[in-house]
Amino acid sequence: MITVGLFIPCYVDQFYPGAAIATLKLLKKLGVNVVYPAGQTCCGQPMANSGYEHLTGGCNHLFIDNFSGFDYIVSPSGSCVLHLKEHLHAQGQEDKAAHIRNRIYELTEFLTDVLKVKKLNARFPHKVGVHQSCHGQRGLMLSQMSELVAQPFSKPMQLLNMVEDLEVISLNRKDECCGFGGTFCVAEEAVSAKMGKDRVNDHLMNGAEYITGADMSCLMHMEGILRRQNSNVKVIHIAEILNAEPERIPVTTD
Amino acid sequence: MNTKNKDHAALSDDFNRDEARVNWHDETLWFVRAKRDKAAHQIPEWEQLRSAASQIKDNVLSNLHDYLQEFEKNAAKNGITVHWASDSKEHNQIVHQILSRHKIDRIVKSKSMLTEECHLNEYLQQQGIDVVDTDLGERIVQLAEEPPSHIVLPCIHKKKEEIGELFHEHLGTPEGMADPVFLTAAARVHLREKFVTRKAAITGVNFAVVETGEFVVCTNEGNADMGAHLADVHIACMGIEKLVPLRRHLAIFLRLLARSATGQPITTYSSHFRRPRPGQAMHIVLVDNGRTTQLGREDFRNSLKCIRCGACMNTCPVYRRSGGHSYHTAIAGPIGSILAPNLDMDKYSDLPFASTLCGSCSNVCPVKINIHEQLYKWRQVIVREGHSDGKKTAAMKAMSLTLSNPALYKLAGKAGRLVMRYAPFAVSNGLNPWYKHREMPKAPTQSFSEWYKLNKENE
Repeated sequence: MITVGLFIPCYVDQFYPGAAIATLKLLKKLGVNVVYPAGQTCCGQPMANSGYEHLTGGCNHLFIDNFSGFDYIVSPSGSCVLHLKEHLHAQGQEDKAAHIRNRIYELTEFLTDVLKVKKLNARFPHKVGVHQSCHGQRGLMLSQMSELVAQPFSKPMQLLNMVEDLEVISLNRKDECCGFGGTFCVAEEAVSAKMGKDRVNDHLMNGAEYITGADMSCLMHMEGILRRQNSNVKVIHIAEILNAEPERIPVTTD
Repeated sequence: MNTKNKDHAALSDDFNRDEARVNWHDETLWFVRAKRDKAAHQIPEWEQLRSAASQIKDNVLSNLHDYLQEFEKNAAKNGITVHWASDSKEHNQIVHQILSRHKIDRIVKSKSMLTEECHLNEYLQQQGIDVVDTDLGERIVQLAEEPPSHIVLPCIHKKKEEIGELFHEHLGTPEGMADPVFLTAAARVHLREKFVTRKAAITGVNFAVVETGEFVVCTNEGNADMGAHLADVHIACMGIEKLVPLRRHLAIFLRLLARSATGQPITTYSSHFRRPRPGQAMHIVLVDNGRTTQLGREDFRNSLKCIRCGACMNTCPVYRRSGGHSYHTAIAGPIGSILAPNLDMDKYSDLPFASTLCGSCSNVCPVKINIHEQLYKWRQVIVREGHSDGKKTAAMKAMSLTLSNPALYKLAGKAGRLVMRYAPFAVSNGLNPWYKHREMPKAPTQSFSEWYKLNKENE
């Protein structure tokens, strides 16, 4: 049995425990031994993307302390995983850092590429719009990018296709950024909010009841806009859909 | 237009006051991006073309010194006078000297982003020389006394009604006339007179071929040709990075350029200038203006591979919603944001942050510049060299401290959620930029780690 260290990014831990619980349950259901190291906090990306990568040393050492020695590290966030893959370094612990960089996976790619999941016991009878988060898509290459002349594929879609009664709606712009962008969302508030509105609008116009994706941060951004508009459309992390057992409604918190 | 002392965020805020206009701007440029996609997808070997172009440009940058000297030698053999300018000031002076020598005080100029970068028009005007831009879009922004907002589509920010008003005021077209065909015909008549009467023409350069000493100018309107063919003096201004080693390399770059820029298979005119016609004087001004400094920056040197197609602007979700002028520099958009800090790190310290790092720019770039990675790297350089706000630095230090300490993090997380649950007015207010257009996330009673502690035995 493989042992996976579960990395739950800070904002998911604090604001979206439902996505984290679904990730944990889904992995266990698929026969994985999951360990959640208690001393974890954040990948360090908020500082690094703001130009303060030199202040991420503490986070890096903490991450290595928490996540060394696992077969794999899995996280329900493409963005945080990409940051660690590209920037996790630590003086004196470079071999451990390298092991983590090579062994860390975003949840959906872990399911398709490592566990090679072919079948899921899940049902989600709703119209769902899939948001392609940029760091997952263009960074981790979870799905083909519309800019490139290359064969289409999509790891999240591969999994969503295994969910009973789920209808994926098509979008006018299938992989445009939602405008979250970390500190960009407050530093460039006007453009960020406008991008979010436009992205949400594409899903609404095409009849989505839920917007899902592999990155909670984009979903948090779009949720903020949906709720400001008093919309009934909800955001839901892909783990919650993949873990939605036929006889149960998805895990919600609060 | 007043862009002084306003950064990209503030200028974008201004631009976003008129949401309908933002929608129009976004849709217009998205249309160009979609055309580019269609054109690229018709070429099965598109990605190989991009790789080949990227490698050729890498080779050029690695051997720039030798290639430049060889190009100068070959161009001189063809009868072209080659000048070297270390910066924009020297470039402008050289152009002025050439014109003075020929006693010319009225010229035509086709599109050249280099001359925008060097502010040549302003300089020549101060010297009493009248410059008429002959690219239609450039002429429109010139009449409006604005800089171009896009390197390929200079007046893409203007609606046809606004252009009608400008033409009514400057060219005497009927009031309220906004028909593009009519306005273009009026511009043609207006420009024809300039082409026929002006003795010197300035053009840009899209590609300069080392092995032959020729240069290629790409336009859709033929205005560069009209200007250069009718003028006694042709001055071509180019950045030193514009070289391609061999003539056959053009077969790659010309296929990529127009498809990336506008989705056309090729520009309407791809004109090769090799030697002056009898009686004509032909000059090339080779301009450095910070390029060798950028070449020396290991992380940023390959930004010099840029062929100025503008694809990164058309695809950029930020550019489409902030407008070209929000970048307050000659070359806007993602590529401008990695070029400008090299010229003035303090003045342009905001630009690398004007991005979500979505990466679409790098994917459309025909010469595979890793634009979004360079944006990330510029952010580090700008902070390291002390061009960031002190308040931001303090906040980042506090954040780093909290996130490096699990106990402190848990405490801060809990406190944050408590505030959001019981005193939401503390965060959901006008001082919080998030809250202006978005609700805050709902704060759950339990974090995941708290839940896990209580439930792990059952899980």
